[in-house]
Amino acid sequence: MTRGDSLRAPAGVEPCAGQAGDCNRCGRIFADRFPVLGRHVNGRPLVYLDSAATTQKPGSVIAAEARYYREHNANVHRGMHTLGVEATDLYEGCRSRVGRFLGVPAERVVVTRGATSALNLVAGGLGPSLRPGDEILVTAMEHHANLVPWIEVARREGLVLRHLPLTAGGELDLDALPRLLTARTRVVALTHVSNVLGTINPVAEVAAAAHRRGAVVVVDAAQSVGHLPFTFDELGADYLVFSAHKAYGPMGLGFLVGGPDALERLQPVEFGGEMIETVTLDGATWAAIPYRFEAGTPNVGAAAAFPAALDTIDEATLQRLRQHEISLTAYALERLGRLGGLTIYGPLDAARRGGLVSFHDPMVHPHDMAQLLDSLGIAVRAGHHCAQPLHRSLGVVATSRASFGMYNAHDDIDALIDGIGYARSVFGA
Amino acid sequence: MNAGMDELYREVILDHHRSPRGREPLPGPVDARAEGKNPSCGDELVLELACAAGAITGAHVECRGCAIATASSSILAELVAGRTPQQARALAEAFRTAMHSPDGVLADDLDPGDLEVLTGVRKFPARVKCALLPWITLLSALDAGGDGAPAAPATTEA
Ligand SMILES: Cc1ncc(COP(=O)(O)O)c(C=O)c1O
Repeated sequence: MTRGDSLRAPAGVEPCAGQAGDCNRCGRIFADRFPVLGRHVNGRPLVYLDSAATTQKPGSVIAAEARYYREHNANVHRGMHTLGVEATDLYEGCRSRVGRFLGVPAERVVVTRGATSALNLVAGGLGPSLRPGDEILVTAMEHHANLVPWIEVARREGLVLRHLPLTAGGELDLDALPRLLTARTRVVALTHVSNVLGTINPVAEVAAAAHRRGAVVVVDAAQSVGHLPFTFDELGADYLVFSAHKAYGPMGLGFLVGGPDALERLQPVEFGGEMIETVTLDGATWAAIPYRFEAGTPNVGAAAAFPAALDTIDEATLQRLRQHEISLTAYALERLGRLGGLTIYGPLDAARRGGLVSFHDPMVHPHDMAQLLDSLGIAVRAGHHCAQPLHRSLGVVATSRASFGMYNAHDDIDALIDGIGYARSVFGA
Repeated sequence: MNAGMDELYREVILDHHRSPRGREPLPGPVDARAEGKNPSCGDELVLELACAAGAITGAHVECRGCAIATASSSILAELVAGRTPQQARALAEAFRTAMHSPDGVLADDLDPGDLEVLTGVRKFPARVKCALLPWITLLSALDAGGDGAPAAPATTEA
């Protein structure tokens, strides 16, 4: 295989500007700003197709995190000294920037370690207000991060966990929703975009139905923030979580965003420094929201860096990033489909999916697929993608997944298709 | 093949993967049974053993796993037949040790057959668990030891 030529293509060549499917071979967006994309893996230029696991980071983000440690490093909200004030400004600046990005005031943004810890905060924080026999509705396509915390609170509080099934096409079975939303339903938790099927769920529609029943709605936006254009209000949810590292930002940082009065309903789940107002030897009162949910020293370096990622996204515009991912996904669906013999999961229409495609080749187990692709410098994910119940319902223990970011181009999918052909040849297929 | 792939997917391994041994259900009663899982990837395996006169007479494996796990379970089925449970255990333990040692040597007196080829997988750390899954499941089946009590599922994380 010969490729790698266009990796260093100048930023913004042939932008994806038009309708879905309009741009047949679009250029990479800002690829030259992502230092890791210049490296070789197993002697080949890296073809990174694992952005759903974590996106690569632009140099501006890496530089901002380094700058924080070189120039400002101090603890937040406690130092009276200059560095402490600067660190606090950077940390609070990130909170405001995230609020602006999603269209909510900064006071409704809680800084966490990631989507997982934010979901644990929502589940654990709502738990004490729920009564035995109350119901929680989750979907059959959730990542373990939006399933296991609910299993755990259900066990602890004696709640009933219900599951919204999927259609054969890999979408939520909305016909089953009225039956599953009962007078006891208190929480509906669903992902915005499935990390396996790619399906974009109609969150606003589900939220409206849930609200009519008096339930609160939790949306896992780990796969959508930074990839799909939307505001918090458009989704209509009460709680939204995401991780910075899947939106071109640093690891170890995530957010819980609450609707008006939604954070007030949560009990803190972590206790210690930073989250208190006054402490006596045997009692404490909580700090104001959102601080009462931020016990301990946070990841200030990551918070200092994340605004640079959001700036990069805004510079490209979410509309353009979305068109780009639709174009890549449509091309991947078409090429994988034409290969023959593969099972491809999720909706067939790229406009109804996020930028990822999971597939299964009966001739090559996903591990072997990922290993052989890696030998060509192509990074894909193989496994159950932290969604075992979903894989069980698909009838496989593992799938292979190719997922896209702004820096990918159609060439990368050509490399993937050639690579699958090579993997098949190893197994004599 | 490229970038060391011929070291991982050796011809012997591909052959076991293409026509795995031990896929036929045991003709007689099952004397020991265990299930194994690799939680990091979801691979699953069921192993059944038949014994007579103090020796393993046959093995039946159902493996939902990659080429390495499949080949390893095929090699296992081939190698355990005719061994005493003690000998089978010694082989499994020697293999586990070899997979975590730099030289990966299996003593000749273990009569390791194609297992020797499989020790090459230790150079691919992400795949060591795939090769070990059948053997860890074997240890668990031997622990259950024929008294009919099912073994706790074996896991590569233990
Ligand atoms: C849909 C979805 N939810 C939640 C998560 C968990 O994110 P994190 O591991 O960053 O907490 C992921 C990441 O794999 C995901 O894809």
